[in-house]
Amino acid sequence: MKKVVFWGTRGSLPIALTADAVRHKVMAALTAANGRRFASRSELADFVDGLPFATAGTFGGHSSCVEIVTGGPEHIICDMGSGARPLAQAKLAAYGAARPQVYHVFISHLHWDHLMGFPFFLPMYIPGNRIVIHGCHDRLEEAMRLQMRAPCFPVDYSQAGATIEYHAMTPGQPHAVAGLTVTPHRQLHAGDSYGYRFAGQGRCVVYSTDSEHKLEDNGERQGFIEFFQAADLVVFDAMYSLAEAVSVKADWGHSSNVVGVELCQAAGARRLALFHHEPVNDDEQLGRLLDETRRFEAITREGRAPLEIISAYDGLVVDL
Amino acid sequence: MNLTVRDHPIAFVVAPTGRIDHGSADPFLLALQEVIPTCSAGSRPLILDFSAVQYISSAGLRSLMVAARQIKAAGGRIGIAGVQPLVREVFAIARFELVIPCFEDVDAAARSLA
Ligand SMILES: [Zn+2]
Ligand SMILES: [Zn+2]
Repeated sequence: MKKVVFWGTRGSLPIALTADAVRHKVMAALTAANGRRFASRSELADFVDGLPFATAGTFGGHSSCVEIVTGGPEHIICDMGSGARPLAQAKLAAYGAARPQVYHVFISHLHWDHLMGFPFFLPMYIPGNRIVIHGCHDRLEEAMRLQMRAPCFPVDYSQAGATIEYHAMTPGQPHAVAGLTVTPHRQLHAGDSYGYRFAGQGRCVVYSTDSEHKLEDNGERQGFIEFFQAADLVVFDAMYSLAEAVSVKADWGHSSNVVGVELCQAAGARRLALFHHEPVNDDEQLGRLLDETRRFEAITREGRAPLEIISAYDGLVVDL
Repeated sequence: MNLTVRDHPIAFVVAPTGRIDHGSADPFLLALQEVIPTCSAGSRPLILDFSAVQYISSAGLRSLMVAARQIKAAGGRIGIAGVQPLVREVFAIARFELVIPCFEDVDAAARSLA
């Protein structure tokens, strides 16, 4: 495994940057520039790159879709949220319609925010492509077909040009896929969700979203510590604050930055990516959450090796 | 983690010491739940003296949340006093300052809550 590309990182519902938010960013940038003149474009680019991410960038608004680049000929994708649309465009730009590709798609669960990008995943319409949809839910194929049927969508699932196969996985069992060992892990979420641990070429990535953690359940905790063990990257559902997750939003099926850090610390993971961002949180709030999560890691480190913390955004590429 | 109950003229003061982590979160909650019935509406507030707590994990914070909700449901009041700076930061990051009010020391908490 060479890198991980985040195509969609937003939880529950895609969002878009508003005109007001863009205006706010422009004003913040001009305030930071404070009348300064730039001698060249590269000097200007350096200045922009030095601005806070919430000013010069955005976390984006596509729902869950994460690609694992192995360097091999087959593609690995976690979830088919709305981020699958820009992913599909990138693949078509790279390979065109004339070179058939194999896509392995791992579905965490059947909620709409994790499937809605599939009808816009252009490779599914191109004959010669092979799409293998892996998952642990009995009704996986039914759910994929359901959203591509009148009156919900103009194109019926039967119009797919690609060969679409389904592969039922067993939680806790390692499966060999595209040169990797993939192990699903059952997670607490309405209708169940599954995390996936990808291991191969001396690297390990865990994709664990839409997963609530019951802090009083030590068996559950131990199971996740094993699941995250020594991972190079853990993609973690950090939608809520800890206080929300154990009170007003208990049983809503999501977790917090604090629990993500604790589990990764206990598992000796190397890097944690905050993921499935709350749609209500704007770029500044997400930026603050990242700073706070890094601070939390530092003050609870206690002699362990540092855990690197990032906050996933649409377009982020992480080298493994 | 150890826990002592102290006398105070206008409050129940419970003082845990050490680390409230995944191993001690349950005993911590059980000990709090023994005190909760006496902290119902109209009686004295429950003040947790955190001055000797060095660390609290998410499980410990959850125990606090459960206790706070039980006390509030019974019409009682709860506050935390003397939280050490690093633990206070953990409270802020986990958004627990919005759940349980934090005070400088036990007397300040008692004056405010009683
Ligand atoms: Zn979701
Ligand atoms: Zn879900």
